[in-house]
Amino acid sequence: MADKLRAQQQLEALQARFVGVGHPDTTKFEWTSNIARDSIASYIGHPPMLQYMSIGLGQPKEKTRIQLIERMIQPVGKPPAKEV
Amino acid sequence: MSSAGKKSKALDAPKGNSKALLSEAFDKDLYDSGDKYSGYNTSIAVRDEDEDMDDVGEINGRRLVAQYTATKDQLNEFAHGDTEEADILMSREEQAQIASRETDYQRRRFDRRLSPSGEEKRSYKEVMKERELEREEARVKRLIEEREAKGNEVLDHVPTLKDGANGTVAVNGDKTPPMDKSTRRKRRWDVTNEEEPTGEETKKEDRRDSTSVEERSKEEVKKERGTKKTKWSDATPAADAAMAATPAPDAPVRSRWDTTAAPTTIAGPSPSPGVVPGPVAPMMSFGTDISSRNAPLSDEMLDMMLPKEGYKILTPPPGYEPLRRPVGIPQLPTGYNGFLLPEEGPSNLMGKQLPTEIPGVGDLQFFKTEDMKYFGKLVDGADENEMTVDELKERKIMRLLLKVKNGTPPMRKTALRQLTDNARQFGPGPLFDQILPLLMERTLEDQERHLLVKVIDRILYKLDDLVRPYVHKILVVIEPLLIDQDYYARVEGREIISNLAKAAGLTHMISTMRPDLDHNDEYVRNTTARAFAVVASALGIPALLPFIRAVCRSKKSWQARHTGVKIVQQIPILMGCAILPHLKDLIECISENLNDEQPKVRMVTALALAALAEASAPYGIESFDNILNPLWTGARRQRGKSLAAFLKAVGYIIPLMDEEFSNYYTGQIMDTLIREFQSPDDEMKKVVLKVISQSAGTAGVTPTFLKDKVLDEFFKHFWVRRMALDKRNYRQVVETTVDLAQKSGVPEIVGRIVKNLKDESEAYRKMTIESIDKIISTLGASGLETRLEELLVDGIITAFQEQTVEDPIIIDGFATVMNALGERARPYMTQIVAIILARLNNRSPSIRQQAADLISRITFTMSKCDDDPHLVLLSQALYEYLGEEYPEVLGSILGALRAIVTVVGLHAMQPPVKDLLPRLTPILRNRHEKVQENTIDLVGRIADRGPEFVHVREWMRICFELLEMLKAHKKGIRRAANNTFGYIAKAIGPQDVLATLLNNLRVQERQSRVCTAVAIGIVAESCAPFTVLPALMNEYRVPELNVQNGVLKALSFMFEYIGEMAKDYVYAVTPLLEDALIDRDQVHRQTAAAVVKHLALGCIGLDCEDAMIHLLNLLWPNLFETSPHVIDRIIEAIEGIRNAVGTPLVMNYIWAGLFHPAKKVRQPYWRLYNDAYVQSADAMIPAYPHFEDEVIRRHELDIFI
Repeated sequence: MADKLRAQQQLEALQARFVGVGHPDTTKFEWTSNIARDSIASYIGHPPMLQYMSIGLGQPKEKTRIQLIERMIQPVGKPPAKEV
Repeated sequence: MSSAGKKSKALDAPKGNSKALLSEAFDKDLYDSGDKYSGYNTSIAVRDEDEDMDDVGEINGRRLVAQYTATKDQLNEFAHGDTEEADILMSREEQAQIASRETDYQRRRFDRRLSPSGEEKRSYKEVMKERELEREEARVKRLIEEREAKGNEVLDHVPTLKDGANGTVAVNGDKTPPMDKSTRRKRRWDVTNEEEPTGEETKKEDRRDSTSVEERSKEEVKKERGTKKTKWSDATPAADAAMAATPAPDAPVRSRWDTTAAPTTIAGPSPSPGVVPGPVAPMMSFGTDISSRNAPLSDEMLDMMLPKEGYKILTPPPGYEPLRRPVGIPQLPTGYNGFLLPEEGPSNLMGKQLPTEIPGVGDLQFFKTEDMKYFGKLVDGADENEMTVDELKERKIMRLLLKVKNGTPPMRKTALRQLTDNARQFGPGPLFDQILPLLMERTLEDQERHLLVKVIDRILYKLDDLVRPYVHKILVVIEPLLIDQDYYARVEGREIISNLAKAAGLTHMISTMRPDLDHNDEYVRNTTARAFAVVASALGIPALLPFIRAVCRSKKSWQARHTGVKIVQQIPILMGCAILPHLKDLIECISENLNDEQPKVRMVTALALAALAEASAPYGIESFDNILNPLWTGARRQRGKSLAAFLKAVGYIIPLMDEEFSNYYTGQIMDTLIREFQSPDDEMKKVVLKVISQSAGTAGVTPTFLKDKVLDEFFKHFWVRRMALDKRNYRQVVETTVDLAQKSGVPEIVGRIVKNLKDESEAYRKMTIESIDKIISTLGASGLETRLEELLVDGIITAFQEQTVEDPIIIDGFATVMNALGERARPYMTQIVAIILARLNNRSPSIRQQAADLISRITFTMSKCDDDPHLVLLSQALYEYLGEEYPEVLGSILGALRAIVTVVGLHAMQPPVKDLLPRLTPILRNRHEKVQENTIDLVGRIADRGPEFVHVREWMRICFELLEMLKAHKKGIRRAANNTFGYIAKAIGPQDVLATLLNNLRVQERQSRVCTAVAIGIVAESCAPFTVLPALMNEYRVPELNVQNGVLKALSFMFEYIGEMAKDYVYAVTPLLEDALIDRDQVHRQTAAAVVKHLALGCIGLDCEDAMIHLLNLLWPNLFETSPHVIDRIIEAIEGIRNAVGTPLVMNYIWAGLFHPAKKVRQPYWRLYNDAYVQSADAMIPAYPHFEDEVIRRHELDIFI
């Protein structure tokens, strides 16, 4: 009981610092959203990668960057309707 | 004492003889708190010892009665102060109670009562009126008292401008303190006249107040004198007038409380000393309570007593109600203790009377007699089905509180959680009605208080503004925490009050606390001021400023002004430099009070200014501009205690000033300061010394000024033998002297005190040495001229030789002076060495030890003086004394030898190292910590620097001894022993050392094995792993768990130490690890995992991925271990491998279980995932799985050029 509580608290502390960490009850939606956002952040964070994608899309780097940032909003669509 | 005083005493004697009356209770002063504080100076700072009390015994001390016995002072000689012995009769239980270590002042918290539960309905106006009444009452009572005290004598002239406490002029110091007439004699009067109509009331008013109203009361006394004949008859109407105003005539002070205070749940607030409301506390002691004997037999007992068969349990006939009395409630009249055999058999100790198990609560850690008062309801066996919701709620809270207070930690935790979560459902009323009386309990212990305070803290958060009606009650209970001795209690109190302020809001706090600001009781005012300061720090100073300003300017009562200023004093103490933005406003608030008509207000104002200046240093002098003049001129006008306060303020403000101002203002105050040098008052001395050192520190004060004006007087008054006898004065004088030396230079000060080194008083010599030590260690000895230098060294040598009590201070001073002199010490060396040699030979062990200690402190200087012959002489002498039997001394001798070896070097060492070391080997066996530490240090140094001086066989012998040392308790010794193994192995080759160590893996004690494993690791590191590894791996074949584990542990340490070198041994140890990782024993796997971790971290990027993957495959199934140590090591090992082989590879393992249907499986997988995510999130991007779904697919990855 106490152990579980401590684990829970530790996880909460971790999650406060790292949004992407998960737990046994993470849903698919949460996980895929995190994956998508992390991926996009990583593309933007590696300039050669961004350059490569821009060339492939035939548009300026900055435009690709903006597009990617925009995509971070609900990257995998709307959240599933909550069960009541 | 003056002769007049004596005479009057002699006249009194027959009247007040000390023969006891039979009709008189002996414990009167315990229960009749009437005169308890009359002899006290109630303004005394909380934690200081009351110095003023010393003379109280003497006032009445000499009684001319026909009894010859030791004087009270002799009898009490060992009952106070440093010589006080712990009272063995006081049980440990009592010692744990908070009340037992409280001062009388702090105990006055019991005089406060919780406001009646109807408080929330009373308006502010009513409360204020009541306070007014109380004040009036106290005034009248004081008046009566004074009349009684003075009797029908002609009134003495009492100076109107008296300062400080209760009229004793002791503070001024230049007069003999007059006898306090109202103390003893009066009590005797009262005792013999018990039919006296007014009755003795609990009198808790501040004695200090008496001076304040003295004038007023005198006038009234005079007025009344005309009409009244005896003092009895004139006392009654005055009291009657007061009583008529209060509702209940028999107990004027308590009246209101008694009428309205409905005993809350069980017993209401804890009974206050005089009148006990509600049920009387059960006075039980072990063995007296017979109720448990009469309690109904339990089913188990009946089962035991009656045969199982042939009996049938009948249901009671309908309508039968068993008459059950609660178990544990005493049935005998209160106070009946019966006869107690004074023995503590286990049966008595078990305390059958007190239940340890309460229905619905479970097993408690303890249950005290006092708890019965509050939690008795839980054991009354009433039927819960018939209770109302409120009653049930009450019981629920009671149970939870009991669990929190007396339960085991896990119980406590859940109960606390439940209380917090349900706080709003329970409502503030039921909660506080139970918690607060508990906190007022006299027998409360620290732990209990802490827990209850914690409960309040938690529920405050939840209740938020619902607490409002209870703010005052909570404050009454929490405020005493603010003046507790325990730091953490103070912090807790602050936290609660600041949370309370945030929850209740400023206006409500002010309206609740306002009536207490000019409360009649000084204790209440003091704590309220502190609480207000906390409120200010919680809600911000600006919010509170208008209120404080108004209070400080209150025309109505000086008490309010006093409290207002006190708030301003407490704020900087609490908040430190955070007051700087509001400094000007705060000073403005109190600036006018510096000229207040009340001396006490003036005093506290000065203290507040001192606190403000201290907190704001070194900034903010411009804010003080306005008060500088009043302060300085005021300082010239004050005397006694308030002068001390003013000087204190001056002392703290001077360092804020810039150069020219500080020069000017110091000059202004210096005359007063120098005049006060001769004050006999300790408080004043302390303040004066502080101010001197503060002003000496400022740039504006020049060395010439100090020399001309200050130094002569300073040394005349403070460098006297008497000062060295009191610890506090001693410290202050030393500090101030050092500060003066900073400014006026070393020779000036040292020259003045150096002659004291030869003084006959030892304490004085010590004080001198300590000052010189501090001065020279900060400022150096370069300023000393030859003559002074000679005097100094000569004096120090004398002091060193003359000491009767060996004190580190003298050695420190000696060493400091020698080291500061450096090469200039050469002429004295011969003499010093001779003295040391003589003392090394002394009969007293402590002198020998000190001589050895001194050697280790001055070897550096000796070598600087090229005094090697002397060093050799000393080391030879020390070598002779290695047979020393006192371990402390032996330790010091070894330390001295080590110091000599360090400066001389191993080659030049005399006696040669090859002779020295064999002598050390047997000493290694000594179990004394100091000896062990010093020998291992010396041996380690020799092994490190000059192993070639000693034969190999000797080193082996030392190795064996070192193994024993691995059992030492002190970590430093074990570490030194381990390092020494490394040195020795390096010197004589690892084979023999290793064989010894491997054998040691078979021993029983774990600590020894662990240390051996570490030593093997160290040997492997210092002699290259390939010399150790084969033997080590061979040892693993021994079919013994301890040995195998030890080998694994040694490997783990080895790989940790050798780092990247590990890559050459990966493939060599893999088979061994394979075997270990699939062992049945989980400790085995755990240790193997630790090896894998260090191995993997050692070969990151060194091309050993195949082996790592292989180990990972073996590690992976251990993922589901549950023992925390094991799983932690396993996870660490996997992380290590992840770093070695790259994140994506390991992620392939993780994906499999992240969304496994079983939660038990998902759990460890997510743990690994999270670790990977935290450490290398970016490396995971390419490794994420490929989704086919259009929405979640990462389309960007499909871009190709």
